[in-house]
Amino acid sequence: MRQDVRRYPGLGLLVLLFFGWLYLPIAVVIGFSFNENRLVSVWTGFSLKWYGAALSNSALVDAVRTSLTVALIATALATLTALMAALVLVRGRDVRARRLSEVVVNLPLLLPEIVVAVAVLILFSQIGLTNGLLKLILAHTAFCIPFAFLPIRARLQGMTPDFEEAAQDLYASPWVVFRRVTLPLILPGVFAGAMLAFVMSMDDFITSNMLASGGNTTLPVYIFGLIKQGTTPELNAISTLIIAASLLLATIALSLTFRGRGKS
Amino acid sequence: MSGARFRPDFRLWGLLPAWVIMGFTLILPIGIVVLVAFGTRGAYGGFGWGFSGASFQQILFQKGWTEELEFNPQYLEIIARTLWLAALTTAICAALATPVAYYIACQPPKRRAALVYLVTLPFWVSMIVRVYAWLIILGNDGVIEKSLRAVGLVEDIDSLLFNNTAMLLGMVYSYIPLMILPVFASMEKLDGTLIEASHDLYANRWVTARRVILPLARPGIVAGAVLVFVPCLGAVLEPILLGGGKQMLMGNLIQTQFGGGRNWPFGAAVAVVLMALVMLVLMINALRTRPAGEAAA
Repeated sequence: MRQDVRRYPGLGLLVLLFFGWLYLPIAVVIGFSFNENRLVSVWTGFSLKWYGAALSNSALVDAVRTSLTVALIATALATLTALMAALVLVRGRDVRARRLSEVVVNLPLLLPEIVVAVAVLILFSQIGLTNGLLKLILAHTAFCIPFAFLPIRARLQGMTPDFEEAAQDLYASPWVVFRRVTLPLILPGVFAGAMLAFVMSMDDFITSNMLASGGNTTLPVYIFGLIKQGTTPELNAISTLIIAASLLLATIALSLTFRGRGKS
Repeated sequence: MSGARFRPDFRLWGLLPAWVIMGFTLILPIGIVVLVAFGTRGAYGGFGWGFSGASFQQILFQKGWTEELEFNPQYLEIIARTLWLAALTTAICAALATPVAYYIACQPPKRRAALVYLVTLPFWVSMIVRVYAWLIILGNDGVIEKSLRAVGLVEDIDSLLFNNTAMLLGMVYSYIPLMILPVFASMEKLDGTLIEASHDLYANRWVTARRVILPLARPGIVAGAVLVFVPCLGAVLEPILLGGGKQMLMGNLIQTQFGGGRNWPFGAAVAVVLMALVMLVLMINALRTRPAGEAAA
């Protein structure tokens, strides 16, 4: 019998090692978060006490609240902006400066984040903007826009304009066409985009750290401060909670995206 | 106006919010950064408007005691280290991603989707948590040191942290999904019959890998290289946490210039250099891919 020529000896092992390496750090953090000992790497027994310590840490709760506030508002603004831009850029006819607009919408992906971060820092200091929360929301909205835009655009491009044209032929106004035909069809894309924008905002360190001011510390900036003081089991517990939340979000987002794809 | 009915045109106002937000929080501030890079240093941090090339000069030279210019390779080393680490990260990502993506592409559709899901999943976990995890593993009395000591291999080792290798490991770990996904996308279309044809023509596995599989993966590797290389140039977290702040990269060099009492124009000048490097990479990529795309069309 002829063996499968597509197989390479040792490839399976390499892939197995690769996935082990990919998940090792996550497993280590989760594992040591249940360690009772104060020292991170000295295992003395199972305990949930660091979770208790993390959840009753008011600075942490404040940081989570700041992060959620910024992420929710930035996601809403970015998704709305991206949705409007995608509708014009994909469906609009004879749009002026279409290519330039497309570059502008995706600009945050083309510039190193640290450069944009110092740029907004200088701008905000020049115009005397001092509201920490507003600064974060403005900066986050900007870098979230492309992440919301790309899935929405992909969805619109993959969708035939036939339904919208049929609705127009039946004398539906542009707004009715959008609300009753376009939006329901692209909703999975809008949802995926909003989810990505939300995760990017929650995850952001570089910009938030640059703009950080007293009382407006986001979760990653707070964690960074803890890490600089040294590794602790409480930090592992906090990280595990974040890992759990991210994996939950990722699973919801992916399953909804796939379900949406199955329907159309 | 000449009787023309005012009709709000969605083609204009639909794009307006995007332009306003990007104009205010990106285009205008980047313009200011360029101006600041040519400005003068403020006494207590901050900057003064003006036109001087002093900040760019400072990247290459320092002023000696008698105001004469001495060549100072310190910052040039940082730029070179940044480029070198970004290139090395990209190369390692490509070398790892190609076999992994090939393996995934050869699986039946259901397993394929599951494996792609597994590749993307860690990417959803907060960047800072992923970098922190490596601190626990590599750090003093970390997981690796403990296990090596447990099997009696070593007594005590110098910290595995705070060097270029630790940064490299962290960067490969952070950005590998950005390489695997495009390489997989270009190999997904890989047709088993092509490989069989190659074997029928007496090519062995390695010739097939080099002459059939690699050329098919190439567009994905090029796309992935840009996705990995560009964020690596601006990396901040890895140099601070895994490099210990001693092994500076451009990202944390820029960051440290913007505290109180630091040198804003110098930081802005390094930022301009970083931006120019990124633009250069993107332009080379655009020039490289455009003729190929047109030829294929």
